[in-house]
Amino acid sequence: MATETLHHDAHADEHEHHDAGATKVFGFWVYLMSDLVIFGSLFATYAVLMRGTAGGPTGADIFELPLILGGTFALLISSFTFGMGVLAMNANRVGQVKMWLAITFILGLGFLGMEVYEFHHFIHEGWGPDRSAFLSAFFTLVGTHGLHVLFGMIWILVMLVQLSTKGLNDVTRPRILCLSLFWHFLDIVWICVFSFVYLMGVL
Amino acid sequence: MFGKLSLEAFPLHEPILVIAGIVGILGGAALLGALTYFRKWGWLWNDWFTSVDHKKIGIMYFIVALIMLMRGFADALMMRTQQAIAAGGSAGILPPDHYDQIFTAHGVIMIFFVAMPMVVGLMNLVVPLQIGARDVAFPFLNNLSFWLFAVSAILINISLFVGEFATTGWLAYAPLSGIEYSPGVGVDYWIWALQISGIGTTLSGINFFVTILKMRTKGMTLFRMPIFTWTALCSNVLIIASFPILTATVAMLTLDRYLGMNFFTNDMGGNVMMYVNLIWAWGHPEVYILILPAFGVFSEVIATFARKRLFGYHTMVWATIAITVLSFIVWLHHFFTMGAGANVNAFFGIMTMIIAIPTGVKVFNWIFTIFRGRLELTSPVLWTLGFIITFTIGGMTGVMLALPAANFVLHNSLFVIAHFHNVIIGGVVFGMMAGLTYWFPKAFGFVLDEKWGKRAFWCWLIGFYVAFIPPYILAFYGAVRRMQSYPNAEWQPYMIIAFVGALIIMAGIACTVIQIVISTRNRKAYEDVTGDPWDGRTLEWSTSSPAPFYNFARLPVVGDIDSFWSQKQRSNEQLENTPYTDIHMPKNTAAGPIISIFAMIFGFAMVWHIWWLAAFSAVGMLVSFLGRVFNDDIDYYVPAAEVERIERAHQQRVEAQA
Amino acid sequence: MQQPSYWRRTGTLVLIALCLLLAGCSSALMDPKGVVGETQRSLILSSFGLMLIVVIPVIVMTIVFGWYYRRSNTMAEYLPDWAHSNWIEAIVWLVPVVIVAILGVITWKSSHDLDPHRALESDVAELEIQAVALDWKWLFIYPEQGIATVNEVAFPVDTPVRFRVSSGSVMNSFFIPQLGSQIYAMAGMDNDVHLQANEIGTYGGRSTNYSGAGFAGMIFDAHVTSDADFDAWVAEVAQSSDTLTYPEGYSELAERSSFHPVEYFSDVTPEFYERLVSSFHTGSDPDTDTQDAPRAPAIDSNEAYQTTDNQADGEAEDGQTVSNEAGE
Repeated sequence: MATETLHHDAHADEHEHHDAGATKVFGFWVYLMSDLVIFGSLFATYAVLMRGTAGGPTGADIFELPLILGGTFALLISSFTFGMGVLAMNANRVGQVKMWLAITFILGLGFLGMEVYEFHHFIHEGWGPDRSAFLSAFFTLVGTHGLHVLFGMIWILVMLVQLSTKGLNDVTRPRILCLSLFWHFLDIVWICVFSFVYLMGVL
Repeated sequence: MFGKLSLEAFPLHEPILVIAGIVGILGGAALLGALTYFRKWGWLWNDWFTSVDHKKIGIMYFIVALIMLMRGFADALMMRTQQAIAAGGSAGILPPDHYDQIFTAHGVIMIFFVAMPMVVGLMNLVVPLQIGARDVAFPFLNNLSFWLFAVSAILINISLFVGEFATTGWLAYAPLSGIEYSPGVGVDYWIWALQISGIGTTLSGINFFVTILKMRTKGMTLFRMPIFTWTALCSNVLIIASFPILTATVAMLTLDRYLGMNFFTNDMGGNVMMYVNLIWAWGHPEVYILILPAFGVFSEVIATFARKRLFGYHTMVWATIAITVLSFIVWLHHFFTMGAGANVNAFFGIMTMIIAIPTGVKVFNWIFTIFRGRLELTSPVLWTLGFIITFTIGGMTGVMLALPAANFVLHNSLFVIAHFHNVIIGGVVFGMMAGLTYWFPKAFGFVLDEKWGKRAFWCWLIGFYVAFIPPYILAFYGAVRRMQSYPNAEWQPYMIIAFVGALIIMAGIACTVIQIVISTRNRKAYEDVTGDPWDGRTLEWSTSSPAPFYNFARLPVVGDIDSFWSQKQRSNEQLENTPYTDIHMPKNTAAGPIISIFAMIFGFAMVWHIWWLAAFSAVGMLVSFLGRVFNDDIDYYVPAAEVERIERAHQQRVEAQA
Repeated sequence: MQQPSYWRRTGTLVLIALCLLLAGCSSALMDPKGVVGETQRSLILSSFGLMLIVVIPVIVMTIVFGWYYRRSNTMAEYLPDWAHSNWIEAIVWLVPVVIVAILGVITWKSSHDLDPHRALESDVAELEIQAVALDWKWLFIYPEQGIATVNEVAFPVDTPVRFRVSSGSVMNSFFIPQLGSQIYAMAGMDNDVHLQANEIGTYGGRSTNYSGAGFAGMIFDAHVTSDADFDAWVAEVAQSSDTLTYPEGYSELAERSSFHPVEYFSDVTPEFYERLVSSFHTGSDPDTDTQDAPRAPAIDSNEAYQTTDNQADGEAEDGQTVSNEAGE
């Protein structure tokens, strides 16, 4: 039982604790690195296929920077709010953690809404992912990031539930730390997407 | 309702498959019946399927791998038969469509479902014991990895009886694997089997990387780790860095096939060369993922049985690291003939040759470990000696292939086939057989029969040369890979010799099966109660055989390379006095098998476009994963008294033996 | 004693093995009929010989050490803690380094000398033949002669030939073993390989890259003839009643078939090859992009040919690796 586990924490320094917080966070780091390779592959593919427009639109034809910029700011601010959440966790303030997570969730939702709108708009205009290799690569790269954000949001919901039922303990703390890594990671990937796909596409 | 699935998907017109299907169903029914009759389901489920014990997971990996070896080898035999017959205008026994499925399945199965699980299984069995840990870093993930792999193996076998398998070759080059040229479900089976098992492999890679870096026992610095653990570490680095490329590449091919995207299509801006680059950017590191742990096995075996420290430990480590790094910058040597410029080809050719340097150094280190040793010619040693010779020859032909200008005539020929079987059989298979024999007593508490082990070795060694020297020669006549038939009647004698070689290898596999059966039946006579049957050097031999579920009653402290050996040299040291303490262990979990079964259903539904089932199983995966996340009852403590009882019982057995 | 029969059996085996190995000496790659193939033969043999410097000692040492230092030989020296020697370490690093360095130089030189894109030096004017891989046959087009053939190619002896290689289907590889270098055939890609035969004869050719069910039948004959015979052959092809048009005749020919019989076409649509290659470059011309770009519907690739599209001529496009960068 969890209580039993807590009770035995005296042994933790004696040998490596299973799923111990530090190991967990380190393992999550390693996972993020492998995820980065997925994004790297998609970026490389995008770079190669960027000019494969097959008579369809180019990035410059279709990207609407103001919209994207809005989503980008939503995501950037959400990284900040998540950071505030982690600070609150370090100060042991469960209520504040939940509040910051909820704000992060809403900002993530805003970002995702922007993306869904953009995708819907493109497909509606006949610029779907099957139109050209460029659009295939674009939808897949941006969509993979969006899918990650979606999973991050599901995770936030799970953490909100767990914080309400369990509060802050040895199980939930590492999870929030991992989630914050995940969220910041997505932010960094998005900055790459934004500069590499959107900015360079429009230039 | 059933998507593309209809009665026509069942190959009732193929007698071979119908017979295989009936045998399979009867055999499966008999197995299930026996399990029910002997009331073994509970035992199987509670003690094995849901187990998070790395040793049991390792054993399960090996069992599945050996079963899949039979399947992959049956494919090999059919290919050899076909090519021995289909000369000079004869069509042979297999029509192209069937033959193409067989060589594709052979490659996929042997790499993903035989070699990989053997390597991962061995890491499971050995690494935590070698580093003095009680388990891996993430026991539940370990169980999940295994099951993701196992259900993919099932999925690929389903393709035998429901629908078809890919006819594209094991790497499914686009655009042949695209929807335009392969509209059937074969490539889809390939996609989902690889995707599901690939995710499992990535999780394994992360798990063992963290385990090795974070869970080493006191005193075991990186440069005191046993070589097998070092090679496992490097292999896992390669998994973490390369398998995501496979995941991404296969995902893009999936999008091409399912959503009409244009990544790897001939037109609409697609780029087929991108596919070839990406798949080999994973594919080349993959071969080092397989061979490095085999190198580790040989290092352990040769040092143990030569009763001598491994020659040049540090050199060995640095050579391994060098290979790890270099393996990422050589992928283009798989397609020099694509037409890249001379500078590009020369660069990748030279990089490839540079890998031969650390590899050559390793070979010399093994040889100089034997030098001034006392080599016991056990079957693991025979595998090792056979490996050194065979692998060196394979390395030589590899360097010849790495010369771009020579590659222009050798590429895609049987020379390539002979070369990679030369290094994979001579390297990975021999390594895994050596490792299986060497660590078998640690897993089961009794050693394997030596006589049958040596017979297996000689059959494999001779069979390999008989089977694969002819293709080397045929390549010089212009014979290429993947020929369902060939007009050149003068090639036939070589093909027949190669077929005989395959039969000899089959005898080798039979010897291994007999070896395991005989040893299991006489396990009392082969029993090893000491836990150290070979007079070993590393920590796994310091605990009892089979190792208790907690591995070590007291965590060992390390002060040296080969610490168990030096501890034995000093002997009579007092370390038994410290009292036993409670041991923290993870609980078994059903989440792994359940998530994986949903994953298998998901894969099957996607193959056949049964969308409602795919959605249902995707939700099933998510919910069962969340179930795991919300479960806090995942660990427990083994009381010190219980540990003491188990350890005392073990000591009594040792004393009774003595 | 059973010793003698054992040795006799071993001897027979060795003899058989030697015969097989020697048989390899008259094989396609060891008996090349062209300059490229000849260089490649000596390259294979010299690299083989160079590596034997390491391989033979390794095999001998493995067997000798394995036997001499066996457990039962208590006469042999036994040093259980001896695990390091600067001397040996230096040698085992140095020898492979030196050999790889030599091989590296050979690699660099031979990669450039035998670059398939590089024209062969010759006083004779180069002949261009366009080879297109189809499911599952080879189409050969002679742009200068205005003829085309299927599954048969002919060219004069001692004449450098530039094969431009592309595909109308999946990836294949164009290879005439006795002449040397192969090259990939890819749709939309204009690849090339330069070959030259120095002996009259008929040499087998094929695709080496697996391309589907009919792959085994994707074979053709390459006839190397005298100049006069070549002219006669061209005249014979020109007599054929069949002609090859693009895209109609092509679509018909592109239908799947294996072990396709030899066909002659007395006339070919001009720029057949270029049009076929660029048919895969749907709308890649920047000019057309801006004209009707955003809402252009997906076009069937085979009909998307635009006469303004001149990208086919060996230019690197869409990141393709095909290039003619090698300095002639």
